[in-house]
Amino acid sequence: MAAAGKETSGRAAGVLATREPGAVRTKRGVKYSAIAVREILAGYGFLTPNLVGFLVFTFLPVLAALLLSFTEWDLLRPIKWVGLENYIRMFTRDPTFIRVLKNTTLFVLVTVPARMVLALMVALALNQSLRGTTFFRTAFFMPVVSSTVAIALVWQWIFHADFGPLNSILWMLGVSHPPNWLTSTQWALPALMIVSVWQGLGFNMVIFLAGLQGIPEQLYEAARIDGASGWQQFWRITLPMLSPTTFFVLIITTISSFQVFDLAVIMTEGGPANATNTVVYHIYRNAFQFFRMGYAAALAWLLFLVLFVITLVQFRYQKHWVNYDL
Amino acid sequence: MRKPRMIGQTVLFLVMAAASVLMLLPFFWMLSTSLKEPGAVFLFPPQWIPNPIDWRNYTRIFEVLPFGRFYWNSIVFAGSVTLLQLVTCSFAGYAFARLRFPGRDALFLGYLATLMIPGQVVIIPNFILLRWLGWIDTYQALILPNAFSAFGTFLLRQFFMTIPRELEDAAKIDGCNYFGIYRYVIMPLSKPALTSLTVFTFLGQWNNFIWPLIVINRVEMNTLTVGLRTLQGQYNTAWTLLMAGSVLALLPILVLFLFAQRTFIRGVTLSGMGGR
Repeated sequence: MAAAGKETSGRAAGVLATREPGAVRTKRGVKYSAIAVREILAGYGFLTPNLVGFLVFTFLPVLAALLLSFTEWDLLRPIKWVGLENYIRMFTRDPTFIRVLKNTTLFVLVTVPARMVLALMVALALNQSLRGTTFFRTAFFMPVVSSTVAIALVWQWIFHADFGPLNSILWMLGVSHPPNWLTSTQWALPALMIVSVWQGLGFNMVIFLAGLQGIPEQLYEAARIDGASGWQQFWRITLPMLSPTTFFVLIITTISSFQVFDLAVIMTEGGPANATNTVVYHIYRNAFQFFRMGYAAALAWLLFLVLFVITLVQFRYQKHWVNYDL
Repeated sequence: MRKPRMIGQTVLFLVMAAASVLMLLPFFWMLSTSLKEPGAVFLFPPQWIPNPIDWRNYTRIFEVLPFGRFYWNSIVFAGSVTLLQLVTCSFAGYAFARLRFPGRDALFLGYLATLMIPGQVVIIPNFILLRWLGWIDTYQALILPNAFSAFGTFLLRQFFMTIPRELEDAAKIDGCNYFGIYRYVIMPLSKPALTSLTVFTFLGQWNNFIWPLIVINRVEMNTLTVGLRTLQGQYNTAWTLLMAGSVLALLPILVLFLFAQRTFIRGVTLSGMGGR
């Protein structure tokens, strides 16, 4: 209440107390008191360092990238305006782009549900006040804090067709022709999916855990009194109550999966024969290996549009399954 | 009633224990390979425990690559970005949360709008700008584009909004100016949010791969992530060396993580939940 009072009296001081000696009059005739002027100066003062950096390195580059996407430029010859040519080209004359779009979509369609379902299962288990919970949580979260480059290197070695531990285990289990993993056009993408799920699981797990701990215990007590089985409690209480968390996890997991890059660079360099090439890797190659700045900017903008539309659709569709008012 | 629950708990415990072993196995394999003699990696079946243990990979890696320099570069890069973000984002967050000035809400909306845009969009113009400035292969090229995060500003602004205004009024009566309020009221009360941002930013930049890959060409200017990648290119089959390098790259963060687990998990998830 006191805070609200202060707010009104402050605003009143800003507009009405014009007869004060330090009062300032602006173009539109709005008058600010000396106190309000000091606040405005302080406001811009505090904001400036960040605002300058934000304008130079985020806001203007976003616009620059949009302009760039209508041009052709290799950093050497003069920049050339080509209109929508880049956007037309990616769908008509760049088979690699169609390929990376397919790869990335498949990657998202497999890893997002896998990361979510497995993370939820682990979170449910860890929510049971099990012995050793702290240790389990550590084990699942360790890959999250680890550098993807180091992770990708060790997995590259694990997947090694002849000397890697994975195939040697498969041999021992009686699989006579285990896959060649990273050198096989068929198995390289699934190998990357496995690593991605392994690495991303822990992050989703802790968010699900936080969500689970927010569900009031009374709901379960009431359900037990009514004779609900554990299974019924899961479907009727846990899942609906958890749906805002699930929605959030869905959005950020989808976005991060679409941007897969480090794994593809280190483990396969997008190969063999583009089998693991991804959208972001394609952007990187076009910009920094082929120096097609305009085309790469167009690809980046397309990625943004795709992510934006997917997020929008998820928001639209959420009312059918997300419960905010239980 | 109690018996089935006991059995259930035991089964669950065993399943989780097995799953944890699966999660940790890659780390173990990395460590184990890094302690093998180069020839021992091609044995069949693979040795899980190296015999004999060979520490020389850890000295050799400093001979074939300026690995100490990579550490230093990573520390400078991640440390500077984190410090700069803490200062500039908390300043801006305070302005957005507490001070009234014309254009504030429009500017904040501009910040929010860019949160949706993936980093790949700004990478190309930023590269062109830094190249034009002649900053390729410099620390400022690594640091500056990452030092003013709209996300960090948003995160801190949201936290500052929850601090009761009464506390500031008391400080004002005591004669504090705006900087005094920021320094002695807002900052001390925001430790959880500041810690979250610190952990999240430091970790993100320590593991950042794409940006150093783009603006750094000289070997001595590489961070650990890109430095490891050069090792992969040059010594494609030197697995013992590669794994020793990976262990060294992971070690500082994993040690920090093990000692300050709660802080890490809270830092990563709270910030991550603000929308990455």
